[in-house]
Amino acid sequence: MAAADDLKFQEFDDAANLLAANPDATTISIDEPVEIPKNQHSRQQEPGREEDDELLGTDDSDKTELLAGQKKSAPFWTFEYYQTFFDVDTYQVLDRIKGSVFPVPGKNFVRLYIRSNPDLYGPFWICATLVFTIAVSGNLSNFFIHLGKPTYHYVPEFRKVSIAATTIYAYAWLVPLALWGFLMWRNSKVMNIVSYSFLEIVCVYGYSLFIYIPTAILWIIPQKVVRWVLVVFSLCLSGSVLVMTFWPAVRDDNRRIALATVGTILLLHALLAVGCLAYFFDAPELDFPAPIIPAHNGTTVTTKSH
Amino acid sequence: MFPGLADVSISQDIPVEGEITVPVGSHSPDEDYSTLDEPVRDTIMRDLKAVGKKFVHVMYPRKSSALLRDWDLWGPLVLCVSLALMLQGGSADSKDDGGPQFAEVFVIIWFGAVVITLNSKLLGGTISFFQSLCVLGYCVLPLTVAMLVCRLVLLAGAGTISFIIRLIVVVAMFGWSTLASTAFLADSQPPNRKALVVYPIFLFYFVISWMILTFTPQ
Repeated sequence: MAAADDLKFQEFDDAANLLAANPDATTISIDEPVEIPKNQHSRQQEPGREEDDELLGTDDSDKTELLAGQKKSAPFWTFEYYQTFFDVDTYQVLDRIKGSVFPVPGKNFVRLYIRSNPDLYGPFWICATLVFTIAVSGNLSNFFIHLGKPTYHYVPEFRKVSIAATTIYAYAWLVPLALWGFLMWRNSKVMNIVSYSFLEIVCVYGYSLFIYIPTAILWIIPQKVVRWVLVVFSLCLSGSVLVMTFWPAVRDDNRRIALATVGTILLLHALLAVGCLAYFFDAPELDFPAPIIPAHNGTTVTTKSH
Repeated sequence: MFPGLADVSISQDIPVEGEITVPVGSHSPDEDYSTLDEPVRDTIMRDLKAVGKKFVHVMYPRKSSALLRDWDLWGPLVLCVSLALMLQGGSADSKDDGGPQFAEVFVIIWFGAVVITLNSKLLGGTISFFQSLCVLGYCVLPLTVAMLVCRLVLLAGAGTISFIIRLIVVVAMFGWSTLASTAFLADSQPPNRKALVVYPIFLFYFVISWMILTFTPQ
């Protein structure tokens, strides 16, 4: 009967065949924008209360894993695979930098800015800038400190660039690796609600180093008090971003382990700042006039005290 | 199956023959004779003229495609080697505190240029790898000129005035280099990522300028 036929599931012919049968039919083509589901997804997360954030966090991580799986589908030996890590626009990078410098209490940096799209542009170039900023600022600061002294002969100290580069890149890549391994290990023991991928951790660490760039420039000022105030201030800002990012990931664990993890994160961050300050910037007041041994051709041999 | 074409007939007197080869856009008076037969002087002069033309394009950046289309790496090599040689003889109380060694300058320039090229390609740029290397290398020319000027100024003395002159020259040449390379490279980038591509170029030339400015002879 007609009614039954209408209700029965019908196979529709291929669109090409239909078109061949009826060439004058109007056709509409609909493009599927792939990015819209992701954007809607991340917009849903923003108005979050604490508990809802946690609950949404589960689905969030599942869906994001799925989406991430769909995104990075190129095999790792092709160029396109690495292009997915650089899929950011200028305003996104600037937003992430702003988010790392002005931490919003209660908002998670990763969830707010990165969840959809971890990138490697920010970490790599922020580290590169930091390396050269520290080396140049250290050199300038030493120059100004020793300026008036007659025995001082300016040296560019180029070796320190390679030392700075090794230190900062090691910090920005090995510490996230260790942290990620540790979190994975704890995840296998305790079911954590929030878990981060390796790239997201690298991203957070990379962007959290941004505050040290203006700090390093301001370290040129040869006052001990100013320098230490700057250390504490920048440590508070970037440390709070790191703490607010990683506390949800360890909070369900054993209390002591959670506190130890967050404490270690902060400690390493502080060590980086203090170490850079101590190594690249000479102490302003503790400079004793070095004994000079004048040689015949006019060059002087001085001993430097750090 | 294709009713509309039923009334087209292939005439018998349209010749179905001809050249299949696609003419490659080679600028080629030397298609007439092989370049093996020409005097060596001509070969060298042709390459030298190409390099010289690119130098002119860098010093007066216009929207020309000479740098991009006919890329070569001779110019960057010459510039890099001369810059690295001129940065030698920097002061050193001990080996650790001196200026950059030859190998360090070389590596910084080439490795930096490769990293910037990779960066712009990863961000979705349409320029090819060697074209970008070519542009970045050629735009080191203003800084090489600045190094030359600095060494000449330092011959006259190393006081404050010479430092101010050197500072002005290096800053001006740094700006020129960055603007020249941006003018050539910026068009091939997606528009919402231009700043992301220009910033590493800025950092690259800044580092080279810093090396030039802090050069102090023994």
